[in-house]
Amino acid sequence: MSTSVADRPQAAFRSVRVLRLGPVSVRFRPRGLAVGAVLLVLLVAAMAVHLAHGGTALAYPDVLRAMFGDATDAKIHLAVTEFRAPRMVAAVIAGSCLAAAGAVTQTVARNPLASPDVLGVTAGASLGAVAVLIAAGGGAAGLSGAAAVVGMPLAAFAAGVASGVAVYLLAYRGGIDSYRLVLVGLGINGFAVSLTTWLLTLGDVTSAAQALTWMMGSLNGKDWPLVAPMLGLAAGLLTAAAAGGSRLLLASLGDDTAVGLGTRIGAVRLTMLSIAVLLASVGTVVAGPLVFVALASPQIARILTGAVVPPVAASALTGAVFVLLADTAAANALALPLPVGVVTSVVGAPYLIYLILRYQRRLT
Amino acid sequence: MTELPLPGRLRAESLTLGYDGRDIISGLTLSVPDAKVTAVIGPNGCGKSTLLRGLGRLLPPRSGRVTLDGEPLAKLSTRHIATQLSVLPQTPSAPSGLTVADLVSRGRHPRQKWYQQFSGADQAVVAEALAATDLLDLADHPVEELSGGQRQRAWISMTLAQEAGILLLDEPTTYLDLAHQVEVLELVRGLNRRHGRTVVMVLHDISLAARYSDHMVAMKAGRIVAQGTPAEVVTPDLLQEVFGLAAQVVPEPTEGRPHVIPLGAGLRV
Repeated sequence: MSTSVADRPQAAFRSVRVLRLGPVSVRFRPRGLAVGAVLLVLLVAAMAVHLAHGGTALAYPDVLRAMFGDATDAKIHLAVTEFRAPRMVAAVIAGSCLAAAGAVTQTVARNPLASPDVLGVTAGASLGAVAVLIAAGGGAAGLSGAAAVVGMPLAAFAAGVASGVAVYLLAYRGGIDSYRLVLVGLGINGFAVSLTTWLLTLGDVTSAAQALTWMMGSLNGKDWPLVAPMLGLAAGLLTAAAAGGSRLLLASLGDDTAVGLGTRIGAVRLTMLSIAVLLASVGTVVAGPLVFVALASPQIARILTGAVVPPVAASALTGAVFVLLADTAAANALALPLPVGVVTSVVGAPYLIYLILRYQRRLT
Repeated sequence: MTELPLPGRLRAESLTLGYDGRDIISGLTLSVPDAKVTAVIGPNGCGKSTLLRGLGRLLPPRSGRVTLDGEPLAKLSTRHIATQLSVLPQTPSAPSGLTVADLVSRGRHPRQKWYQQFSGADQAVVAEALAATDLLDLADHPVEELSGGQRQRAWISMTLAQEAGILLLDEPTTYLDLAHQVEVLELVRGLNRRHGRTVVMVLHDISLAARYSDHMVAMKAGRIVAQGTPAEVVTPDLLQEVFGLAAQVVPEPTEGRPHVIPLGAGLRV
């Protein structure tokens, strides 16, 4: 534009907040930062509650002492560091990874229904895990040993990734259309679920029962050998997803506009979807196909922060808090501890119905 | 009809474009006149929007090429192209909650770096783009709360913030009432007159296209049938040939531009 700098209007915009320092300028959203801080506090609180009440109730000072290595009460020390802490970390990994994956897929597909559980990734991971259970299991104790420690998580991870790749390739036709992505995802999802059901009929009773618990989504018996490597993987993937978040807003303007603004939309979408598939697979390996976490958390985070598209970091925090609270509730709600997936279903199902009704109304 | 215009910055050479195995445009050659407003007209399905998508590298050529300053678009980075050429797709949609200023600020994306997300200069350009489209007062309003004409101005404002010399608009007046159509077209012509921008727009209304463009391209079945000044292109013979429309063409009273009076489309009812 040809007007001189002097008579350029210098209005600041309330809706575009910027921090500038020399050549560096960073956009930020005050409400997003505030909500993020609150979620962080909630996360720490939920972690504490989960440690203290994720079984027989323990006093908070005892939990704290045990966490810092005080082994005077060997029983409490063992319970906290070897049973409850890995389970608590598993809940955080599962919640944050599934929710971040959902935030990415919902934004890329421009559809709040397009979460990894709809796109077939978590169902694929279940299929992998159940296949190992049925093939290698048997005997009164069900699956145990190397097959359980390494085989099941690996199979779940590989099958989750494979389903994601299959959905992408089948939906690809010179580009990715979001409706086709969702429809193909639903197809692969149905396919994986049917295969899993068929496998269940082949297994013996113990294996089938073990498989069903896994498929419900459970954090029972998660220990450090599984959780520790997943923690590293999750941290890397979450960082990558959050770093790519700013490009997601451009993608949400539609393909043509994004390309017009100089985005290599195909590459951005492929990268972000790959990260989402890996995140969903990690989450499923840790906790099974926990339903509704990936679907609901990103939208809750979006509403809380007032953002235009689900923010990745706030979604991850929301998901982690959601799963921690759900698992604490599952451990205490009834006389018998429930798998955490029961609680996420009970909370999530009404939300899904609401979402479909609202979405339909907007379309018609 | 008239001698070929001087080679422009943006050219299509033997361009073939299509979707799903079907060619929509084949072997089309066009030079977009610099610093002029060009309107592309033609019946539904003639390939005018496809041509615009091809010129804006939204649709890769099957064969032939589109060049910008002599370089094929395929050889330029899409980010570099975005600094020279901006595209407004047909009926673009913004996610709900996005404000006008936020939308327009995205026009700066091709010139930004990861540590330079919105510099003082970016802010000045955005404010200017908003002023040029008379949207400064609505800057912090959500796009979805605007009227149709305001919303279209917001999108045009985003393409202005790109500071690209060439502006491609795909049916910028769709779904607008007549007053808003005129508002958008006057804005577009003003951008050309005041800022020297080259504009290519696809329009449905032939009379409005003739009124607000310097150069017209008439298309039929994926080919260019005629191009030239509005007076050269908009004739009864051409309307019959391109649209199958029997029409009279009269000079409109303000500038004497051709105005179409339809007589009949040959349908016996």
